[in-house]
Amino acid sequence: MKKHRWNLLALLLVLLLCAVAAGCGGGDEEGGGGGETTAEEGGEAVSGSVNVLAVWTGAEGEAFQAVLDGFKEQNPDVTVSYKSAKDPAAVLSTAVEGGNPPDVAALPNPGLMRDFAGRGAIKPIDFARESLQENYAQSWLDLGTVDDKLYGVFFKGVNKSTVWYNVAAFEDAGIEPPTTWDELLEAADTLKASGVPAYSIGGADGWTLTDLFENVYLRTAGPEKYDQLAAHEIPWTDASVKEALTEMGKILGDTENVAGGTSGALQTDFPTSVTQVYADPPKAAMVFEGDFVAGVIKAETQAQPETGYSVFDFPAIGDSESVALGAGDVVVMFKDTPASRALIQYLGSPEAQEIWAKRGGFTAPSKNVSEDAYPDEITRKAAAGLGAAEEFRFDLSDLQPAAFGSDAMFTILQDFLKNPKDVNGTAQKLERAAAAAYKG
Amino acid sequence: MTSAAPRVEFPHEPGTVPQPHRGAAWRGLLIPLGFLAPALLLLGIWMVYPTIATMWRSLFSDRGDAFVGIENYKRLFTDDLIFESIKNNALWVLIIPAAVTAVGLVFAVLVERVRWSVAFKIAVFMPLAVSLFAVGVIWRIMYQQDPERGAINAAFAGARGFVAEEGVLSRAQPSTEMLQGSPAQGFTFRRAVAPGAVAPLGLTAIRAPEIPEEAKDAVLPGPLENGITGVVWRDFSPRGGTTGKVDPGELGIPGATVELRDERGKKLDSTRTAEDGTFAFAEVPEGATAVAVGQGTFAAPFKGVNWLGDKLITPAIMFSYIWVTAGFAMVIIGAGLAAIPRDVLEAARTDGGTEWQIFRRVTVPLLAPVLTVVFVTQIIGVLKIFDLVLAIAPGSSVDDASTLAYVMWQRSFSGQNLFGLGAAISTFLLLLFIPFLIVNIRRFRADTK
Repeated sequence: MKKHRWNLLALLLVLLLCAVAAGCGGGDEEGGGGGETTAEEGGEAVSGSVNVLAVWTGAEGEAFQAVLDGFKEQNPDVTVSYKSAKDPAAVLSTAVEGGNPPDVAALPNPGLMRDFAGRGAIKPIDFARESLQENYAQSWLDLGTVDDKLYGVFFKGVNKSTVWYNVAAFEDAGIEPPTTWDELLEAADTLKASGVPAYSIGGADGWTLTDLFENVYLRTAGPEKYDQLAAHEIPWTDASVKEALTEMGKILGDTENVAGGTSGALQTDFPTSVTQVYADPPKAAMVFEGDFVAGVIKAETQAQPETGYSVFDFPAIGDSESVALGAGDVVVMFKDTPASRALIQYLGSPEAQEIWAKRGGFTAPSKNVSEDAYPDEITRKAAAGLGAAEEFRFDLSDLQPAAFGSDAMFTILQDFLKNPKDVNGTAQKLERAAAAAYKG
Repeated sequence: MTSAAPRVEFPHEPGTVPQPHRGAAWRGLLIPLGFLAPALLLLGIWMVYPTIATMWRSLFSDRGDAFVGIENYKRLFTDDLIFESIKNNALWVLIIPAAVTAVGLVFAVLVERVRWSVAFKIAVFMPLAVSLFAVGVIWRIMYQQDPERGAINAAFAGARGFVAEEGVLSRAQPSTEMLQGSPAQGFTFRRAVAPGAVAPLGLTAIRAPEIPEEAKDAVLPGPLENGITGVVWRDFSPRGGTTGKVDPGELGIPGATVELRDERGKKLDSTRTAEDGTFAFAEVPEGATAVAVGQGTFAAPFKGVNWLGDKLITPAIMFSYIWVTAGFAMVIIGAGLAAIPRDVLEAARTDGGTEWQIFRRVTVPLLAPVLTVVFVTQIIGVLKIFDLVLAIAPGSSVDDASTLAYVMWQRSFSGQNLFGLGAAISTFLLLLFIPFLIVNIRRFRADTK
C-alpha cells in the first residue's frame, strides 16, 4: 500500500510539472512573436523571431524548410520556426479561439482567409501591395483582398485543369491525348474496348469530384457564370448547373469505364486513384486532378516521365475559351511584427518560389518565376497551364462557406456518383445545402 | 475491482488523536484538504472548468459573439446528420455492450479449458494495447473492397478460388450488337444459324496480355456444308479498328467454349476454339438455332464485399470495436470467474448438473456483478466512439457511420467552425452519459461498503 501511494504521488508530480511546462511554453511563444526588433519597418536588418504554420510535411515540408532557410540567409538575425499541421483550418480556428495563433500561416483556401479577416484575427498586408503587384497577375491579388484591404499573398499555386494518363495504355489503344470533350469521350470508348477502363475516380475524397465538376462547369457555363455561382448570385438549380452535371454524368455514368465500377470509385481515395493508373496491369488509363498528381506518381509508383506518365490540359467543351482552374495556399499574418512583414514580402517574391519550384511538385503563382526553375518538361507543362490560359478561376468549393464547400458539396456529389442520372435532385440538394450554409 | 475507490487516510493513528485546542478543527480540515488539493486542482482545470465552459459556450453563436439561448439545441434536433448520428449511437448502445460482454464471457470460460491459455489470452488482449486510431487504420485497409488491397476480401477470393473454375478470360464485352448477353450467361449470336453459316463472334474490353500466349492472328474460316463455323477473337486494334470485322493483326482467342443452343437457350453441343480462335461444328443437332460463347470462357473476377460502402460500414466498424474490447471483457470476466468458489461448482456437479446447466444457473448468476461492470463500462465507451469512425469510414460513407462524438468534431473542428453547435452536441452527449455514470458510482459505493 505504501509503495502504491508513492507511485501516485510521483504521477501527480509529473502531471503538475507537465502543466507548468505547457503553461510556460505557451507564454514563451506569445512573447517571442512580439519580437525584440531593432530595425525600422521595411528596413534591411530585421531581427526577432517569427513562427509559421502550414500544412506541408514530408518532402513538401523539407521543400518549405528550404524556402525558409533562404529567408534566414537574407535575414540572419531572425529566427524562423516552422510547424506543420495536418488540418490547419482546425488548428488555427482553435488557436484563434484560444488567443494564441502563430505569427504567419499558410491557409489552404481564401474562404478561410475571409473568415479570419471577418473576425479580425488577421492583419492587412497592404505594405506589400506594391512589390506584389509587380510579381502577380491581378486576379491573384483580388483573391487575397477582403473589403479593399489586402490580407493574403499566394505562395503556392495549383493548376487543377490537368489530366494525367498512362502512356502505355494510350499507346495500346492507339489514341492521342484528346483536346476536346468529344474526343475525350471517344478516346474513353476506345480505351474500354482495349481492355483498360478509361477513368480513375477518387470518389472517397469528395474534393476530387468537386474539382471535376468545377472544370466541367467552367467550360460549359463560362467564367462569368462561374463567378456568379461562386458568389451564390445564381442558384444551384440554374440550367447551367444541370447542363454541367449532365456532362459530368457522361463520365461517372459510364460505370463499365470507371475503375472498380461505382462502388469501387466511392472507396478509392485520391492517392489510390493515382497509383492504380500506374499499377501493373493498369486499373484505369487516366485520372483527372491537379499538378500535384506528379508528386504522388513519383513517390508511390515506378512510372517514368514521358514513357510511363504524361499530362494533358483538361479538354475544351463545345467552343469554350481557354481557361484554367486553380487553387493555392494563401499566406496571412496573424501578428504584425517587422519579422512577419519581412517574411510575407519574401514569400511573395520569385526568389522564394523558385527554391521550391526547383524541387518539383510546385507551381508558382508569381508570374516572374522563370520556366527554367521547373525540374522537367512535364512539371513545366503542368505549371505553364496556369499561366498560359487566357482566363484563370479559383477552385469554387474553396470559396464557399466551409459547411457547404468542404462538406455538403462533397457528400452530395458522392451521391451523384452513386446515381449519375439524378441531375435534378442533385441540383436541388446542392441549392438547399448552399442556401443553408450562406444563411448560417 | 473492489479496492479501486481511493480512500483518504488520515496522517495520525486513530488511537492518538491530539487533544482538542484552538485551531485543531482548522488543522483537521486543512491537512486532508492539502492532500486533496493536487487532485482537486487537476480535476478542476481539466474536468470541471471545461465542462461548465462548454455548457456556457453552447448558449452562444458559432463565433461566440452573441447570446442565442437554446438556438443551438434547436439546430441540433433539425440537422439530418445529427439525427443519423443519434440513430447510430442508439444502435451502438443496443448492440455493442451486450455483444462485447457475451464474447468476453465465452472467451473467459473457454480459455480456462484450452492448453495454451496464456498465449490465447495474450492474443485476445493484445489489440487493447494498440491505439484505437491505429486499429481504425488497420481495419480500413483490411476492409478494402478490391481483393488485391483488402485482406478480408482477399481471404474470400482465395477461398473462392478453390471452388470456381478458371476460364481463359476474366471479363469481356461484345464488340457489336450482334452479340448479346453477359459473361455470366455467355454471349449469344443474334442471327439464327443453319448449316453452312459462319459466325464472327467478336469480343472487346480484353487487355492484350490477358489473351493466352499461344494465340495466333484470327482468321474468318470458310463455311462447312453441313456444319457451322466461326471465330472468337479480340475485335480490337489500336484506334479501335473496324468492329465486327476480323482486321489484320487482331488475335484469336484460343480455348474459348462455343455452344450451340436451342430457342430456349439450352446447350445442345459445345466445342473449344483453336489457336487462331476458329471453331467448327461438323454437324448441327436438331433444334439448334443459336451459337454462343459459353460462360465457361469467363471467370468473372471476385469483386469483393463492399464493407466500406454505406450499407455495411456501421457493422464493419462495430466488428473492429469488438475485436479491440473483447480482450478487456475477457480479462475482467476471467478474474471474476477465478473468484467463484470452487465448492459451489463442485456441489453442482455432484448434484448431477450438466455443464450447460451449471454455466447458466451457477456461473452466470455468480458473475452477474462483474458482467454489469463490463456492460456499463462498454455503454460509456460506446457513447463516445469517435476515432474508429474517423479512421475506418471513407469520406463517401462516413455520413452513414457518423456518431454524436464524430459529428461534434466534424461540425466544430474540421474547418466548419460551428463551435456553438459543437458545444451543444457535447452537452447533449454529457446528458446521455449521466444515467450510466450514476449507476457506476452507485456500484462503486456498494462495493466499498
